[in-house]
Amino acid sequence: MNTSAPFPVIKPVVGSPPVLLPLFGNQVPAGFPSPADDYLERRLSLDEHLVPNKNSTFLVRARGNSMVGAGIFDGDLMVVDKGLNAQPGDIVVAVVDGEFTVKYLSLLNGVFCLKPANPRFQTIEFKEGQELEIWGVVTSTIKQFRR
Amino acid sequence: MPIALVDCNNFYVSCERVFNPKLEGKPVVVLSNNDGCAVARSNEVKALGVKMGEPWFKMEKLAKQHGIIALSSNYTLYGDMSARVMSILSEFSDQQEVYSVDECFLGLNGFAPEDLVEHGQKILRAVRKQTGIPVCVGIADTKTLSKLANHCAKKGFAGSDGVCDFGRLSEVQLSKLFSSIPVGEIWGVGRQIGSKLAVMGIETVEALRRADPEYIRQQFSVVVERTVKELNGIPCIELEEAGTPRQQIMVSRSFGQPVTTIEDLSESVAYFATTAATKLRKDGSVASSLCVFVRTNPFKEKEAQYQRSVVVPLSQPSADTAKIVSAALAGLKQVFRAGFRYKKSGVLLLGLQGKDTVQADLFDQPMDQAKSEARMKIMDQINQKMGKGAITIAATGVKQRWAMRRERKSPNYTSDWHELLEVD
Repeated sequence: MNTSAPFPVIKPVVGSPPVLLPLFGNQVPAGFPSPADDYLERRLSLDEHLVPNKNSTFLVRARGNSMVGAGIFDGDLMVVDKGLNAQPGDIVVAVVDGEFTVKYLSLLNGVFCLKPANPRFQTIEFKEGQELEIWGVVTSTIKQFRR
Repeated sequence: MPIALVDCNNFYVSCERVFNPKLEGKPVVVLSNNDGCAVARSNEVKALGVKMGEPWFKMEKLAKQHGIIALSSNYTLYGDMSARVMSILSEFSDQQEVYSVDECFLGLNGFAPEDLVEHGQKILRAVRKQTGIPVCVGIADTKTLSKLANHCAKKGFAGSDGVCDFGRLSEVQLSKLFSSIPVGEIWGVGRQIGSKLAVMGIETVEALRRADPEYIRQQFSVVVERTVKELNGIPCIELEEAGTPRQQIMVSRSFGQPVTTIEDLSESVAYFATTAATKLRKDGSVASSLCVFVRTNPFKEKEAQYQRSVVVPLSQPSADTAKIVSAALAGLKQVFRAGFRYKKSGVLLLGLQGKDTVQADLFDQPMDQAKSEARMKIMDQINQKMGKGAITIAATGVKQRWAMRRERKSPNYTSDWHELLEVD
């Protein structure tokens, strides 16, 4: 028997780790690509529109009637951004004596106060030493008329 | 390269306080699954001497005396808040290693040494402002030192305002500071190594820093030698950046009440397998085998004890819930013995790899694979939309008698439409 092969013999390497290759098992459809593909743009996203800052945005449910003048009704969904710096005129979620409240942030004689948007409610004023914590700024509300 | 370790203060308690400001300034403790032990303590609770892991029944008297507020753990909420914090932190460095749910390392390349503290302050303010979660920042040349710097920042030992940069301290100041910190505070020095070091007369951080690395390696291991080098500012532990896929996925829980039948155990195992498979698909991986385990309650010494686990190989690496659940249930049948009161079960997925690198099986049709993937995609989408468990394998059960006891859990403020924060 001839021991020397007339061509190089490639032997399998024993003990080497297997090389894993992807297997393309999917069928590839043939045909003309749609001409509309060139004009595809991303569909509008409500999420991106209402929530530019995902990390700092929280959804909060409005309760009561103190902000009806601003169009915020009981049960409305409020989009609240904790990351924004509140300015006078903003609608804010604030913490007063450990309780949450949603009101207009306002300046009265150079002092911050919280103003409702309903004449039946009183403005919350702060005395010396009392603390007003702004939890977040309400950037929009979502009202659903039908689900 | 300087490394920052950013760590959330009393993370679980802080998460609860974001949505419940009344808890501010009050002693608050978060209890583990089944309302067992303290897993997070507010500073007020720490001051009362309550230790980490202390069982609730042991502190109930103290709680009554001081009005300690106990909450069940709300891991859904903590998970979301953690994701927000980590995402904000990722904006401060392109080298981020998320080390745990509430801490991460950041590589701080390209900053002038004198600007590091200010950068740390920026990080701290951004997280606090955007999420309401307070954090501390430790900055140093190695991971071990930055952990230590964070400890100092938390305790207010060096610098104030929650940021501590060891680079700002002179050698004399460092030496003095390290002499005041017990060796057990060092990352990687556990109780066992700590007590052995103490016997050798090495009781402080400074003493270990001054120890001969060679000698330490002989007495302990390369790991502890590395710690000594890291304490001396020689980086030995690299940043492990995101993108390293998990090597294994474990889902297990203790039961709310002991479980005795294979039916109830099967439900739990199927449920854990389902959760694990979802995580697997999220990573874009497949598993090649899994391990199922069951055990009784080792703390009930009077009861008969039993624990067993088994590894079940999958015929083909898969992320298909149906395949993983049936393999897990087959494993459970092997390990189950009647006559025991089971306390815990779990499923561990092993041999994970990217789903695109799987070799085809002779008997598995590629089309089956595609169909399975499509099926799982739809299942994940529905569950994401309608809430976890909206669609599931029937084997996970409907009653779930084994479910956890969580009597004082806060609402899922950020993940459930019906549990949003309400403000008037």
